[in-house]
Amino acid sequence: MSTTTKSKSVLWDWLTTVDHKKIGVMYLIAGTLFFVKAGVMALFMRIQLMYPEMNFLSGQTFNEFITMHGTIMLFLAATPLLFAFMNFIVPLQIGARDVAFPFVNALGFWIFFFGGFLLSLSWFFGGGPDAGWTAYVPLSSRDYAGLGLDFYVLGLQVSGIGTLVSAINFLVTIVNMRAPGMTMMRLPLFVWTTFISSTLILFAFTPLAAGLALLMLDRLFEAQYFITDMGGNVVLWQHIFWIFGHPEVYILVLPAFGIISEVIPAFSRKRLFGYTAMVFATMLIAFLGFMVWAHHMFTVGMGPIANSIFAIATMTIAVPTGIKVFNWLFTMWGGKITFNTAMLFASSFVPTFVLGGVTGVMLAMAPVDHLYHDTYFVVAHFHYIIVGGIVLALFAGVFYWYPKMFGHKLNEGLGKLFFWVFFIGFHLTFFVQHLLGLMGMPRRVYTFLGDQGLDTFNFISTIGTFFMSAAIIILVINVIYSAFKGERVGADPWDARTLEWATAHPLPEYNFAQTPQVRSLDPLFYEKIHGDGKMKPAEPLQDIHMPNGSILPFIMSVGLFISGFGFIMFNMENPILPPIVVAVGGLAITFICMIVRSVKEDHGYHIPVEEIKAKEVN
Amino acid sequence: MANAVDHSKGLPSHPEKATLEAKNKFLGFWFFLGGETVLFATFFGTFLGLRSGVADGPTSQDVFALPLAFIMTMLLLTSSLTSVLAMFAMKKNNFRGLMIWMWITVLLGLGFLGLEIYEFYEYVHHYGLGFTTSAFASSFYTLVGLHGAHVVFGLSWIITLLIRYRNSGITLTNAPKFYVASLYWHFIDVVWVFIFTVVYLLGVVGG
Ligand code: HEM
Ligand SMILES: [Cu+2]
Repeated sequence: MSTTTKSKSVLWDWLTTVDHKKIGVMYLIAGTLFFVKAGVMALFMRIQLMYPEMNFLSGQTFNEFITMHGTIMLFLAATPLLFAFMNFIVPLQIGARDVAFPFVNALGFWIFFFGGFLLSLSWFFGGGPDAGWTAYVPLSSRDYAGLGLDFYVLGLQVSGIGTLVSAINFLVTIVNMRAPGMTMMRLPLFVWTTFISSTLILFAFTPLAAGLALLMLDRLFEAQYFITDMGGNVVLWQHIFWIFGHPEVYILVLPAFGIISEVIPAFSRKRLFGYTAMVFATMLIAFLGFMVWAHHMFTVGMGPIANSIFAIATMTIAVPTGIKVFNWLFTMWGGKITFNTAMLFASSFVPTFVLGGVTGVMLAMAPVDHLYHDTYFVVAHFHYIIVGGIVLALFAGVFYWYPKMFGHKLNEGLGKLFFWVFFIGFHLTFFVQHLLGLMGMPRRVYTFLGDQGLDTFNFISTIGTFFMSAAIIILVINVIYSAFKGERVGADPWDARTLEWATAHPLPEYNFAQTPQVRSLDPLFYEKIHGDGKMKPAEPLQDIHMPNGSILPFIMSVGLFISGFGFIMFNMENPILPPIVVAVGGLAITFICMIVRSVKEDHGYHIPVEEIKAKEVN
Repeated sequence: MANAVDHSKGLPSHPEKATLEAKNKFLGFWFFLGGETVLFATFFGTFLGLRSGVADGPTSQDVFALPLAFIMTMLLLTSSLTSVLAMFAMKKNNFRGLMIWMWITVLLGLGFLGLEIYEFYEYVHHYGLGFTTSAFASSFYTLVGLHGAHVVFGLSWIITLLIRYRNSGITLTNAPKFYVASLYWHFIDVVWVFIFTVVYLLGVVGG
């Protein structure tokens, strides 16, 4: 912080910050909290399924847990955790001082956060949503689902706006804010995947917003879109939902690919094999990802022709994905590999993800899907992608970027222990679920009977979950331990290749004292070989202009939160206030902030050269 | 275009920064319009899927009147034209022209909005086609109503600009604002052309 703002309290500083690095850290913390919350639900569900006919959770609670677990994991844990790295790392990797719209960036975070908060409030108003994370109608319609589902609809609506806003911000940042010489074909793959994933968000979250709006109108204002008696159509919901839902998987997995593509070259001491092919494979996956949504609907009765088209389109995705997998392998091939924790996670990602991909192709065979549909085989498949893909990549990213974010490494011994306990636990939990599925165990059912041959594998699966829980505890211990005893490191602890490691240490709020001149792919590595190991500046040292912090993003998000709650009140019995007042009042708060923001001109502040010089000595 | 204006006015203290900010805003706005397009596409899809789901309520042939929809179309198309003329005036550094053409755009938009309100009123009170009457009705009102909401928003936006900058002349700050607002207005117009075809023409033909 510059001298002018030093007097403010720490809390105020974080509530008003527009610095992409702090926002990244806030995403990391919020995402972790939601991850733990949804993880505990998973643990409870697995305990319920440990023995036949258990009474640990009631059927209703199980349904609520399943819905909240899936919803929270996807929207409030995985996405924000990826956003944490995107926020922190992308501006550094492209040599920028910040994102294109710092104010909007803060806004995106707070809207996401309050949307998630709204969803979580459902527990205090008669229970969580219970129709599955897909909220299929008529299960989720006003006749069958209670207040919990209104929290689902409005919580997701609000947090989705936050995600959309951030996506637009990333897109503009990557197009407009790159350092001189950082051409599109020199972008690190994590930046590329952020870019493409943000495009997917833009085109997938908007249908979701539309769908949620329809469901909201149906439930609260008696519209008839999904009410068959009144001419409505329930399959319509499935189409809208999956037009969002399938790309959502790629929204999450592409940045995970990006992290893997950063970590593997760094610890193989080789440049990424087939950079161009990687970029185009990513684009192709994203494009095809939009064409295949109906593979979730093979059993709905779309007919053989539609089913065949969607089946073939789905299998086509294996081609660009295969290209990526082979490029990772070729990168490691003949490299001087260091197997530290980050690299363990990154390299174990590859075979695990391939397994998930193989079962994906199996599920894509429309006729056979009638056997797999709604069995544990599906649960096993998508957890191999989501946990074996996205979560492993996130852990790789945590261990890789931790020194840049917090100034010290995580402990390697504890890290490796964490890796092995998690990895073994993961396969224990989910591998046997394939077999359970093939044996006919249905998903989303809260218990099973004995003597059906399902006992052993369910028991093993639950034991695996205990392993994973233990692993997370080890990680927490590692974080705390390393905060005190962790190895303090300099700006470039891994002897890495990309621009984020070229910044000063500790990382100043303006990132780069002078915008760097990029001369190659892997710019820092290039300077280590061909230059003096430091980035050449692209501009003279001069005062740096920074945006001011602002409390408005926080207040605007509170406004949306209040408004969302107001809408839910339409379905409450005896609300304390007229719902319309709350709904409109909340929106008014948000709009007034918007007006204040556009009328009041905020010129930011300057960091003088002397102060920069003082910080750059390290 | 903003550039053409800038030079005649003299540059501000931080020209590069001013331009980067403006560039960011334009690009961000285009991405926003991309999202809006998908949003409308979803509501169009919903309408197409539900347009024959009339239950016991009136059908599109019962209620739609082409002449009214045609007049509305004409008003909106003309307003797009006048906003283009406003942008031409801005490029020529003709502030009065900009203001006058923008106000005409606003008046045409208000005319459109008035007719839409009249139309909805007629449907509800004359034909009994309420929002909750049938799936067709619900999807019709959401699609066309969402467009109407965009018109309201666009009009408020332009009017705010017109009032706020009523005697400021063309400046580096307000030129991009007017430009983006007119872009938004064109977008609304293009969506309406699709509504006219998909909702009204198809609805009158039936099937
Ligand atoms: C790490 C340990 C995890 C465990 C032990 C676990 C366990 C479970 C269980 C028991 C179910 C219910 C299956 C059924 O009966 O159908 C489930 C469903 C689900 N899980 Fe996980 N899960 C984990 C991680 C994740 C992660 C990281 C994500 C996403 C980022 C995720 C996404 C989902 C989704 C989307 C569902 C489907 C919910 C539904 O059917 O509505 N899970 N999980
Ligand atoms: Cu899919």
